[in-house]
Amino acid sequence: MSLRSPLGKVLGLGAAKEGAGHWWSQRLTAVALALLGVWFIASLASLGSFDYSAVTAWIARPWNAALLSIFVAVMSYHSHLGVQVVIEDYVHGAAKTISIVLSNFFHVLVGVLGVVAVLRIAFGGAA
Amino acid sequence: MAKRDKPLVRPMSPHLGIYRWQYTNTLSILHRATGVALTAGTPLLVYWLVAAASGAEEYAQAQELLSNGLLQVALVGWVFSFCYHFCNGIRHLVWDTGRGFDLKVARASGYAAVGIALLLTAIVFFVFWVRAGGAA
Repeated sequence: MSLRSPLGKVLGLGAAKEGAGHWWSQRLTAVALALLGVWFIASLASLGSFDYSAVTAWIARPWNAALLSIFVAVMSYHSHLGVQVVIEDYVHGAAKTISIVLSNFFHVLVGVLGVVAVLRIAFGGAA
Repeated sequence: MAKRDKPLVRPMSPHLGIYRWQYTNTLSILHRATGVALTAGTPLLVYWLVAAASGAEEYAQAQELLSNGLLQVALVGWVFSFCYHFCNGIRHLVWDTGRGFDLKVARASGYAAVGIALLLTAIVFFVFWVRAGGAA
């Protein structure tokens, strides 16, 4: 018989204390994306033209650059959370771990690349 | 673990193989499917942004690539995926507050999600493809 208390046994194990984190992040990013998505589509619609100059001028404006950066970053985070759950449901064993690691790499790359592109346009690095 | 000599007779939760089909099942898996489709589409959006950040020439190349017929069809599918995931996502957020679980309400909101998603897709298609004559 162990003298460890039941509480001592479970502390630091399983989903204790952090189980709701994933769930909550997914909801929070969902609300942000719903708002940003409507803004993005409405903005593109009011842009009228997809010329290089029109598009880059629109992205370069501070508010647009900020919101677009947030949009891309939050999108890749929300996508990461969703894909992780899908992988956990259908892939098992070592393949699961590998898939989740690859998914993490993919999502970090997509998010950072998108933000860098927006910032480059915003700061006039694009020639 | 001790070996069992007779099979477990616990009640089993919905056994998909023998579960009667209801359209809400399909709506549920469609939320996941459109989510994965949206994930598959994000590199395209980022590619477009990177092209715009790389210069006029690269941007023109990207515009030409994106005007490819097959990609245009994929883009419409992507728009629908976004609209459906958006509508059904709001349905999920309402559920998260503990509301809308009555059978009648849940079924009606399912129809509404599909209907509004199709309507929004049609509006976006009209604005970007018909009015502007082929977009992004």
